Order: sequence, then structure tokens, then C-alpha cells
Amino acid sequence: MTVNRTYPDEPAGEFPSPPRTITDKNDREIEIRSAGLDDREVLVEMYTAFDPADRAQGIPPVKEYAIDNWLDTVLAADCLNVIAWDGDDAVGHSMLVPDDSEGYELAIFVLNTHQGAGIGTELLQTLLGHTQRADIETVWLTVERWNEPAIELYKKVGFEICGTESFEIEMSIRLH
Amino acid sequence: MNVLLGHDGSEESWKAFRQTIERAEAAGDDVSIAIYDDTAVEATPAEIEQRIRSELEGHGVDTEIRHIDGHVAGTLVEIVDGEDFDRLVIAGGNRSTLGKIQLGSVAEFVVLNSETPVTLVR
Repeated sequence: MTVNRTYPDEPAGEFPSPPRTITDKNDREIEIRSAGLDDREVLVEMYTAFDPADRAQGIPPVKEYAIDNWLDTVLAADCLNVIAWDGDDAVGHSMLVPDDSEGYELAIFVLNTHQGAGIGTELLQTLLGHTQRADIETVWLTVERWNEPAIELYKKVGFEICGTESFEIEMSIRLH
Repeated sequence: MNVLLGHDGSEESWKAFRQTIERAEAAGDDVSIAIYDDTAVEATPAEIEQRIRSELEGHGVDTEIRHIDGHVAGTLVEIVDGEDFDRLVIAGGNRSTLGKIQLGSVAEFVVLNSETPVTLVR
């Protein structure tokens, strides 16, 4: 893992905190709330229904036991999670997980039935607001270089490209 | 089958090593192991070789060990394509704590350049 990662000099603006209710581009009312281990069952359901084409760098895993193990890691007490709810269904999930060198890695997944409706942007901004309130200064992520929609989404909320020398693009943001 | 395994002493490389030896025992493969240094790995190439030799004890696998340096990925391709190998096996990237696989530069290079089939072990 790259330990000498670079971050933007200037902090991004203030982001909204959970809980929030938004109306997506298809007029669906979507609630965005912080999440933890109590939400594991509904996330297993979301990731079991996940479109295989939307998988990124090995996550979410395919088999249910592997989804279970992975959720144990990302829902642990030292992580931050937010879920986008359409009624009783989780339709989007964004997570922040401490890495092994004092950094924080972010990832986001939205069900294909709810993509292209602005939910990803709101979910991402809400996780970053949640992260600002937790006094975390910087966040990084990796994204596949062909995944133009994701790169554009990350840029839109304030991430900057900080590494292009490996297989995936690395991006980072400063929050304070 | 004649198998070349690239080994940098990382946890992922040890996993690739064990799978390769297990398969070799079942299938009667000949295994060559190319050891190389990775700055992120504490063990020196000499220590890696020592541990490989002790793990190989008791396995009936015909194994040859060599050390490579310089442009490691280029050298692996040169060996596997230039000598009589049927397959190159290396570790297929690290997982971050969050779970995303990050493919290292050696894996990327050999996948793009090798004429010989490459197996990435996870």
C-alpha cells in the first residue's frame, strides 16, 4: 500500500450530515442514514441482488459467506457507514474504513435500479459530512481507470487524482 | 507441467507458493521458484529461500530456486517465455483493509507481456 499518498492542499467545503431525506431524479423519496452492524441483514440482501457488472476490484464478493465476512470488516466500530433507503430497502451504501497506515479508504455502491438518479452524489456527500464531524482530515480511494462515471462523480464532490502509476487510479480529498 | 513461480516473500506470495506446491504434488509438475526483493517485505531474499527450503521438506516436488533482480517483471517474462515453461504463477495483488484488490506493477506487467499463460493466485 502506498503510504506516501498526496492529498489536496485546500480543504473541500462543508458536507451535509446524516440523517437526510432527498428526492431523486425519478421522484423517489430516499432517506440517507448512518449505519452499523445492525444493518447487516439488509445489506446482505442488497449485495446479493448486486449487478455483477458493478463489482469493483473484488468487492462486493460473490458468495454469501464472503459478503458476510466483508460486511463484518466494513461495519466494524472504527468505520463510518451510510445507507440510502428506498422504503425498507437499502439501495446504496458508502463506507469509510481505516487502512493499515493511518489513512481512511472510501468506497460506494448503488444498486443498478437506483443508478443515474443522483443518489450516489448525495450518499457520497453525506458520508463525507459524517466523516468531517468525526474529525477525520483526509480520505482516499481507488477506482478502475476505465470507470469514467465514477471518476467524474468523485471529482464533482471534490476528490482529486493523486496517483496514476498503478493499475487503478488513486484519488484523495482533504476535509479540514 | 513446467511451472515458474514468482515469489517476493509477501503473504500473498506464500499463498501462491503453497497452492503451487499442492498442485505440483497432485499433478507431478516441476516447479521453478524465482525469488525477488520487495521493499515492502521485511525478509531478505536469502531468508525467503531458507524458509522455502524448509517448507519444501517432506514434499516430493522437484524444485529449482533462483534469484532475480533489476526489472523483475521483465525478467520473469524473459524466463517464462524464453525457457521451457508452461505457466507463470504469481500473487494476484493485495487487498486493502476495505477489501479492494490492488494489482501490483509486476502482476500488471506479466499479464500484459507474457506469451505463456499466467495464473494470478488470490
